[in-house]
Amino acid sequence: MKKKTLDPLSEKENQNLSKISSDKLISKTPSGPISSKWTNHKNSINLVNPANKRNIDIIVVGTGLAGSSAAASLAEMGYNVKTFCYQDSPRRAHSIAAQGGINAAKNYQNDGDSVHRLFYDTVKGGDYRSRESNVHRLAEVSTNIIDQCVAQGVPFGRDYGGLLDNRSFGGVLVSRTFYAKGQTGQQLLLGAYSAVNRQIGKGKIIPYNRHEMLDLVKVEGKARGIIARNLETGKIERHSAHAVVIASGGYGNVFFLSTNAMGSNVTAAWKIHKKGAFFANPCYTQIHPTCIPRSGDNQAKLTLMSESLRNDGRIWVPKNIEDVKSIRAGKLMPTEILEENRDYYLERRYPAFGNLVPRDVASRAAKERIDAGFGVNKTEEAVYLDFSSAIERYGKQEAAIARIKNPTNAEIIILGEKIVESKYGNLFQMYEKIVAENPYKTPMMIYPAVHYTMGGVWVDYNLMTTVPGCYCIGEANFSDHGANRLGASALMQGLADGYFVLPYTIGDYLSEDIRTGPISINSEEFDFAEKNVTDKLDNLLSIKGKKSPDYFHKKLGKVMWEYVGMSRNEKGLKTAIKEIKLIKEEFWKDVRILGDRKSLNPELEKAGRVSDLLELGELFAKDALNRNESCGGHFREESVELDGLQKGEAKRDDQDYSYVSAWEFNKEPSEAILHKEHLEFNDIELKQRSYK
Amino acid sequence: MDLKLKVWRQKNREDRGRLVDYNVAGISENSSFLEMLDILNEQLINQNIEPVSFDHDCREGICGMCSLYINGEAHGPDRKVTTCQLHMRMFNDGETIYIEPWRSSAMPVIKDLIVDRSAFDRIQQSGGFVSVNTSGSTQDANALPIPKMNADKAFDVAACIGCGACVATCKNSSAMLFVAAKVSQYAYLPQGQVERKQRVLNMVEQMDKEGFGNCTNTGACEIECPKSISIEYIAKMNREYLSASISSEE
Repeated sequence: MKKKTLDPLSEKENQNLSKISSDKLISKTPSGPISSKWTNHKNSINLVNPANKRNIDIIVVGTGLAGSSAAASLAEMGYNVKTFCYQDSPRRAHSIAAQGGINAAKNYQNDGDSVHRLFYDTVKGGDYRSRESNVHRLAEVSTNIIDQCVAQGVPFGRDYGGLLDNRSFGGVLVSRTFYAKGQTGQQLLLGAYSAVNRQIGKGKIIPYNRHEMLDLVKVEGKARGIIARNLETGKIERHSAHAVVIASGGYGNVFFLSTNAMGSNVTAAWKIHKKGAFFANPCYTQIHPTCIPRSGDNQAKLTLMSESLRNDGRIWVPKNIEDVKSIRAGKLMPTEILEENRDYYLERRYPAFGNLVPRDVASRAAKERIDAGFGVNKTEEAVYLDFSSAIERYGKQEAAIARIKNPTNAEIIILGEKIVESKYGNLFQMYEKIVAENPYKTPMMIYPAVHYTMGGVWVDYNLMTTVPGCYCIGEANFSDHGANRLGASALMQGLADGYFVLPYTIGDYLSEDIRTGPISINSEEFDFAEKNVTDKLDNLLSIKGKKSPDYFHKKLGKVMWEYVGMSRNEKGLKTAIKEIKLIKEEFWKDVRILGDRKSLNPELEKAGRVSDLLELGELFAKDALNRNESCGGHFREESVELDGLQKGEAKRDDQDYSYVSAWEFNKEPSEAILHKEHLEFNDIELKQRSYK
Repeated sequence: MDLKLKVWRQKNREDRGRLVDYNVAGISENSSFLEMLDILNEQLINQNIEPVSFDHDCREGICGMCSLYINGEAHGPDRKVTTCQLHMRMFNDGETIYIEPWRSSAMPVIKDLIVDRSAFDRIQQSGGFVSVNTSGSTQDANALPIPKMNADKAFDVAACIGCGACVATCKNSSAMLFVAAKVSQYAYLPQGQVERKQRVLNMVEQMDKEGFGNCTNTGACEIECPKSISIEYIAKMNREYLSASISSEE
């Protein structure tokens, strides 16, 4: 029998790997001018003959925009696809919650948009930390996405001429965002879900819902299947395939409180990381400035208020600390504070962009005021987002249109509120349901919250990880957003990867597999992987400690938010690493999971996810410690501009940090090995971002 | 707030199930209903009692995963919300709250408050799509203008989150609002025309096969629907079905 390597890697193999230098990271970016790289690449990669596709199986883990669009497209091409999701239906993946819209360089508004402009905005918005060639490809296929979704019957917003309407989003100078009210993610996901359903009906996709991937199986170094747990029956299942695609989303839940769904987790991505896939830039996290603040300690998740609100809302806190105290004590209403006693801090600090600075800048500015003691709610973690000026402005405008002479204040407010309602009605209603305050009459309270993770599994130009045959798409990979993502770009990337990139690039790899035949699940490798999974589950259940998985998750979240949140420094990051290790130790000694593993057991599911988040959290802090520069969502207090107009603002260091940090797993997160992919910018000039 | 809870506990599909009494104390009226259940579960874990299983995920009213029948109402006493958007301020201190799963033979209970909604997926698989393959050369998105009114109506029905409240609240366990939403969405759009007749026939056939009941126009589904999808779309589906049955060549 042929000698096979078993996972996890043995001691000796680990030593060998640590010697391999960064040239192991081959991005496979095609040569040639940037605008023709993708076309040339498509023309030169290997294809799989349609008859042979019928003999090839592909596993897709995760059914959000990336996973569903990939699964449907691959099945249409003829591959046999299995999809996996932990929810009860593919339609529930968290892409469904995206509000604002999806970008595409259609230039329907004739405002000078182009593929190059979308490419440029995305690279700049990412603070020059993304791979140029991938971003250009994303911009190129963006237009196909809109065509595809319209053909599927996605009901985008339209104008009275029946043509597609567009919105503007932060950080750009054109209108290129397509939308379906405040539910764009829902409509796009239901479109992809319908394409998946069509293939399920034809038998080309077999859906495994309420299933969770718990390990990757490698055979002779290649990804050949997964071990999954049927969450309803608890049965541990083996599934083999010629390639495995991970589309499991981001890891924002490492902070416990985030805008992610309760079940969003890093498990699938982390399992492939432990089997050899490098994890890139884990510290790049987007903290969204406008979320509804925490109401108390028992809160389980945070709700986003769309970025579009900053078009008309003004952000402020009181100038005087006495006023803040009176508000907290309930003795003073925000509406009673005079104009001159309000600090519109974004307008004060960034006169050029005002309330519309990018997300990372707005979040840090809010934190600065909160840290100075100006938080306006009981938890002391809120600032105001005030629509009264907008209501007055719109009211006057409407009065003029209606030819009302000398309108009274009351009349103006009624007219103005109508306009604000037509623009943001559903968001205002959502706010009122949660907070029980009327945002038309009193300013909204908002606070930044973890929203999206730009970091993720490292992939090459073909979206393949460092494990041959294992791919990673959507938010789960690292490739397109650099250190900060622009609004309405997440949906674009998920669908670009799933509809238009992966289905082509995967053929290059699978063309070598046409003679392989079905992959057996009765091999040593599957035995070994399955045993690992059941051992871990039994281990968790056998601890019989005193505290729930949530207890540890919340504790981890607090450390992450305090030391690895909006602002980071060396001392704090070292503390975080130490504390996370302690929480991890405590977890493995004291977690209490009731019930067994042979039936539906949500606590066991949570415990497994928390155990992976604990490991990721440590790597996250280690990555943040390594990157001693401020870029995009990653702000190091040591790296700020010391003087001049930009004093106190984030300072990027292109000399030393113009690279992707790709971490190789090595026994423990603390011993992960750093590989660097140096970023080259041939088509864009590197500049300092300024919003003053 | 202090509350008395009567919660449906059922070990698995075969178990008969029963209501069990629990008390929770000191609940903030700003907590959401599911956060109150989180607190109950934390309390049960501390008492070494297996926590209550319930479905939930996005907790912002869009994924459609949460599904509780609270005091005899799908998604509880508030309107236009899912259970995760329901807040404790809708209840009174000292109140007794009954918490049950969706009840429908087409959506059997899996455990405690979790039900099996896979019938909804199978209905969608029978025709809830436009047969178009992924292709980089589909016609331009603006090649086919769609009247704004039709696009808006298609959106209104496409907003369905597939939670199943319509079925749970209907005395006939009818899924017609759910099916009508998808049938109507495509009927309003030019892209849906080619398969219009076959779609409604297939989806209704699958709906019947799954064991859902018929509509008797009580209108309960429209009231409980968190996305306020109107019952008039059921009438539209009936018209679609009728015309497809009469003129279909099969």
